Amino acid sequence: MIALALTLLFPLLGAIVLGWLARPNASSLLNIAVSAAGAIASFVLALNVLASGPAGGKLFYIDPFNVYLIALTALVGFTTAIFSRPYMAHELEQGRIGGGRLRLYHASFQGFLFTMQLALSTNNLGILWVALEGATLATVLLVSLYRTPESVEAAWKYFILCGVGIAQALFGTVLLYLAASQAIPDTDDALLWTELYKHAAELEPSVMGIAFVFLMVGYGTKVGLVPLHNWLPDAHSEGPTPMSAVLSGLLLNVALYALVRVKMLVDGSLAEGTVHDPNLAGYLMMGFGMLSFIVAGLFLHRQRDIKRLFSYSSIEHMGLMSFAFGLGGPLATFGALLHMTVHSLTKSAIFVTVGHACQIAGTQSMEQIRGLISTQPNVGWGLLIGTVAIAGFPPFGVFTSEFLLLSATMDAWPWLTIPLLVGIAVAFSGLFRHLQPMVFGIKPPGQEALKINMLPVYLHLFLVLWLGLAIPGFIAGWFDQVTQLITGRGLL
Amino acid sequence: MNRYLELQLVEQAIITLAAMILVTSFALLGQSRVVATIRTFAWQGWLLALTTALVAWDIGHPHLYLSAFLTAILKGVLIPWLLTRQARQLGILRAVDSIVRPGITLLIAGALVVFCYGVALPIGQLVEGVTRDVVAISLANVMLGMFMLVIRRTAVTQVVGFMAMENGIFFAAVAATQGMPMVVELGVAFDVLVAVVLFGVIFFHIRDSIESLDVDALNRLSEVEK
Repeated sequence: MIALALTLLFPLLGAIVLGWLARPNASSLLNIAVSAAGAIASFVLALNVLASGPAGGKLFYIDPFNVYLIALTALVGFTTAIFSRPYMAHELEQGRIGGGRLRLYHASFQGFLFTMQLALSTNNLGILWVALEGATLATVLLVSLYRTPESVEAAWKYFILCGVGIAQALFGTVLLYLAASQAIPDTDDALLWTELYKHAAELEPSVMGIAFVFLMVGYGTKVGLVPLHNWLPDAHSEGPTPMSAVLSGLLLNVALYALVRVKMLVDGSLAEGTVHDPNLAGYLMMGFGMLSFIVAGLFLHRQRDIKRLFSYSSIEHMGLMSFAFGLGGPLATFGALLHMTVHSLTKSAIFVTVGHACQIAGTQSMEQIRGLISTQPNVGWGLLIGTVAIAGFPPFGVFTSEFLLLSATMDAWPWLTIPLLVGIAVAFSGLFRHLQPMVFGIKPPGQEALKINMLPVYLHLFLVLWLGLAIPGFIAGWFDQVTQLITGRGLL
Repeated sequence: MNRYLELQLVEQAIITLAAMILVTSFALLGQSRVVATIRTFAWQGWLLALTTALVAWDIGHPHLYLSAFLTAILKGVLIPWLLTRQARQLGILRAVDSIVRPGITLLIAGALVVFCYGVALPIGQLVEGVTRDVVAISLANVMLGMFMLVIRRTAVTQVVGFMAMENGIFFAAVAATQGMPMVVELGVAFDVLVAVVLFGVIFFHIRDSIESLDVDALNRLSEVEK
């Protein structure tokens, strides 16, 4: 449990200290150090939980499902901190931000990581909500960091849309509590995940059905499901790029995690099928997931801003994951868990290269980013390979997980494989029609290479490649434990 | 109608307070001056605190008294004061944020309330007393807050709508479930407080970037780029 305390304390203390520290160089190094320490603590925690099973008390509860996301969050947080050092130094040099804003940036970054880890590790569904709302609060000033009219507009939209959306989830939580306080004797424990899961079958189905609709709308807004996605491309495109990387790689995952947790409760409550269809939650997630997948794929074709392009790609992949969790069953769940991992690794690697590409070209407009490979080969190739990976080409991990998801769909709903395949093809063409001239085109005169650190990209793409070629037995066993937890049956 | 006559006094009081909170929600929709909107919002906060105190007295939960006190301070005093101060600094305290079609707006609001009763209908089979009405009315408050967000154009009044939504949820938590666990309530209160402070910061960002607080002018970003 010491490891858990450290996982939470490092980002919290980091946020406080970095909020005060006024020296740009030292604070960006400290940002990396704190994130690294948090990552190490989370890996120790993960090893402990995998060896000795779920642990925790009333406040925190760690099982294989959340500890896998805790480790992933800490890892992506650490690599993004490495990326943000040269990135923010360049922004400071260009005069886009001043020293005070850099302090705000570092404090918000660590504050955001803290809310993510809190949301994942808490045992209380109410605290989960508080932490997810806290994540919005921690990042809203990052969206408007540059103070351009566009970024202020994006911050306002982000604040209002996410706030309104997540308020629905709070209403859903109240209804959940209403149902739980009838079934669980001690009402102080009635929002604890461990208690709720034990009593899931006794929760009143008529209330749980309504509660899930509200929770779905609320957390679905944060996942970025269409039609509640409008905040996402704006917030991703107008804030600093390291923030886009953690929003895409982490926040969306954690919101989906919350949704899957409540789905497990609702499935238990509706299992008898007297009031609602027992698979109500699954159908809702499948429907919204499929809609997001198709709509976001189409929108990819109409983008001009490179960061908006990849944020629509995030919506598309989150839609696919929601669809898979809604489908249920061991194969789809295993595939969705793998997809969460490879998507967040690949997407954050892409945002690292995109961030540097925008700094090289001095713009986010895809029509003006040209000749990346001839200017700075590692950025160009990184972007190309990252995009190849995210589009679902073998041998990368995204291919493996999409293949698993397609097989699961073929098994349960054969007709739905057609829209899925069409959607993948549409998204693929949407990405590559923009990508090709950016990486291969002719280098504009005067465009020069920057001093950057590509370690995060190499590390993430290597991991994604590894997961695509051969999932290590240790990881596969871990995912299988999670699958067992969610569906009751293992895959292996 | 008989159902309501057999209720205990406390339940009758709660349902009356629920109705009064709903009235304040309608009043929020109908107000056109910024200062009047904020004042109505403060009234709603006090009614909410009163409801919490009543429930606390009824079931004898000491933590609910604390929660009632917090609500009164936070929603009855602190948030309205902060919003008034910000609106004064921005020079829009006396400004008019007029509603385009008041008649139709209020009719839609009425329809929303009926819809919310429809949604809450299945809950009635589960619980006794006034819970179903309380859930329906608090849901209506949430919906009216959202509706206010849609029809208002000034950033400050939109925030009031946002906070009114939060009030509706809080009312459900207090009146239908005798309050959420303390740790959750404190967490939510903290989030709301931070949100108000951040909204204040963003008001000034908006004014600096578009030189007004008319959020209709925030229209540079679009889904499909032209």
